[in-house]
Amino acid sequence: MISFSPTEEQQMIVSMAKQFASGEMRKIYRQCDENGAIPEGVIDTAWKMGLTSSSIPEEYGGPGGEHSAITGSLIAEELAWGDLSMAMHILCPALFAYPILEMGTESQRKKYLPLFSDEKYKAATSGLIEPRFGFDPYSLSTTARLDGNEYVLNGEKCYVPLAAEADLLLVYAAEDGTSHAFIVERDTKGLEIGEREKNMGIRALTTYELSLKNCHVPKENLLGDPRGYDFNRIMNCSRVALSAMAVGVAKAAMEYSRDYAKERVAFGEPIGSRQTVAFMLAEMAIEIDATRLMTWEAAWKLDRKEEATKEASLVKTYADDMVLMVTDRGVQILGGHGYVREHPVELWLRNGRGFATFDGMAIV
Amino acid sequence: MIDFEPTQEQKEAIDIAHEFAEELFRPVSRYYDEHEHESPRELIDKTWGERNKGTLALGLDVTACLRIEELCWGDAGLFLCVPGPGLGGAAIFASGTKEQLSRFLGHFNEGDPKWGAMAMTEPGCGSDTSAITATATRDGAEWVLNGEKIFVTWGKRAAENPGGLVVVWATVDKSAGRAGMKSFVVPAGTPGMRVEKLEKKLGIRASDTATIIFDNCHIPFENILGSPEVKKVDKGETKGFKGAMATFDATRPVVAAMAIGVGRAALDFIKETLRKQGIQIRYGVPRQKLTVLERDIMEMEANYKAAKLLTLRALWMMSQFQPNNLEASMAKAKAGLAVTKITQKAVEIMGPLGYSRKYLLEKWMRDAKINDIFEGTGQINMLIVARRILDYSRDQLR
Repeated sequence: MISFSPTEEQQMIVSMAKQFASGEMRKIYRQCDENGAIPEGVIDTAWKMGLTSSSIPEEYGGPGGEHSAITGSLIAEELAWGDLSMAMHILCPALFAYPILEMGTESQRKKYLPLFSDEKYKAATSGLIEPRFGFDPYSLSTTARLDGNEYVLNGEKCYVPLAAEADLLLVYAAEDGTSHAFIVERDTKGLEIGEREKNMGIRALTTYELSLKNCHVPKENLLGDPRGYDFNRIMNCSRVALSAMAVGVAKAAMEYSRDYAKERVAFGEPIGSRQTVAFMLAEMAIEIDATRLMTWEAAWKLDRKEEATKEASLVKTYADDMVLMVTDRGVQILGGHGYVREHPVELWLRNGRGFATFDGMAIV
Repeated sequence: MIDFEPTQEQKEAIDIAHEFAEELFRPVSRYYDEHEHESPRELIDKTWGERNKGTLALGLDVTACLRIEELCWGDAGLFLCVPGPGLGGAAIFASGTKEQLSRFLGHFNEGDPKWGAMAMTEPGCGSDTSAITATATRDGAEWVLNGEKIFVTWGKRAAENPGGLVVVWATVDKSAGRAGMKSFVVPAGTPGMRVEKLEKKLGIRASDTATIIFDNCHIPFENILGSPEVKKVDKGETKGFKGAMATFDATRPVVAAMAIGVGRAALDFIKETLRKQGIQIRYGVPRQKLTVLERDIMEMEANYKAAKLLTLRALWMMSQFQPNNLEASMAKAKAGLAVTKITQKAVEIMGPLGYSRKYLLEKWMRDAKINDIFEGTGQINMLIVARRILDYSRDQLR
């Protein structure tokens, strides 16, 4: 039956994430952006809430909660509202853990999942994006070639979050033109982590270029047995997760500029009482809600294990445009004050611009 | 639990409505567009019968709106000919007593086709409904109505066919402003109520849009909806006016449902044409690799989805008895604009097939536009959304 009400359990998780976002993330996000670093303490606190580990089954040491893209979307929105860099950092281990949870072979699940059931944050990541014009996840330049009992990986990746900190990476590479995922441990020969990237936004998140030069991994490091593996589903999870985070960033910008519009007086009245500003805010609010509902619908399809490419890609594109429109207006409503770093709207515009670039963020 | 799956009953309702849309509406769509003011008799009788059997029940709930989307996919103008209590009924539901509900709507399931209409707009006032000049004067056990109402959807059918009714908004005390504004039920054929003319319109031509004159029109005192007292509650907000606004919270999502039906008709037409040409829309392909055509169609589809989900949410909230004033206006503002743009873009994309009256696409573009106008223009709905999110009164944000 058509319903728009999250379950009681989801509401509880959301309120916990919301509290963490406003109580912890919002206190330090500007300083993190300026310093380009996130204090370990806040990541550990977030990890202890079990946002990523809660869906790891009991047999692998986890609490055995339900793994749901809707729940994941609700969490991602709240954390991204707090701060996008921190949200991505907190959820980053899921880039490695969730594909293994959903599609890994029994021995891969047994070997890796218990590592994420620990009390302590476990950095792990994945590399998908390649540093070239016309990047297409379905047509990767990075290659995998079977050589006896090993796969040999070659290619370049970029925007790999936490690559230097992570012990485990999931690297996407094409074998005979089809995108597959390979488990690559940090100390594998031929894996080189490049310099930390300098980006327009998400400056508190560390991201790296990485190169694979005749990087040999055991044959059993190919994710899943060929039947269990579904690259398209990973892409759809990424689209849903990024859309949810775009909603969170946009909501932050809308709320801030709305409050500012009620405070800032021009020509004797708050600027919010002028339709030219009020209508901008109304459109922002409508598009945020529309994107959230479309995200939920795509997530719902994923939870039902249905083909969701149409829904997921439609909402991702919509969310890319929406978050840019909303965060740009956030700056515009504050005028000159929006342009200075004393206010957060410029940060949200820089972060919002990234969504059209981000890919492979399958953290739901 | 968040869920987007219609119930089995709703799926059947959609299928049945779609069949009617295809078999009963589409074949006569062009004819009634080109024969404005001619009544689609067969369609009226058939839909009236189905409505009374329950197969085409049209109300303010989710199921009804899923039906409405399908029927408007068939033809939005013809949908507005389907008999029923309509907007008049919605007003009675929103602020009538139990006794009034049974007195005015009890007979709406029997006999010949009947219509209900709502008369609010006047030559001098559109969205600013508080500026209404029609008057209702107490005369013993009766009210006497005087004034001119325009753009009354279903106006002629409701005012002239036996058993119909028109809900009229009029002021009982001009000096009281909004507080004096009340609504009254005028049964069809009441002396003093007459249809002056039918509008000739851009689209939805099958729908009668009437000017109705009230000239010393006497109705029983009990036909007032809500309290007859003029009482200032706070700063110009009154119960009577709130009654009008509550009606809109219920009817705006319905209009949004109509809108998305028209939008989907255009989308389906394009996709069908492209399919025949062997052109596929490649979802999931990176944006920089898509053709302009694919990008356009994806944008149209996403906007259709956005409008539909906002509409379903507003309706669902109503079914949960949650206040939905903000969400109803969000849905209406988005849907009206989205389908206006979708159908206009569709005409552009289809080129000669879009502009020609040989196909229905140009008609859908003309039909779609009304959804951005009636039951509150896009701008009025944006204003309501803005007031709600800024927490401003109508005085603080004009």
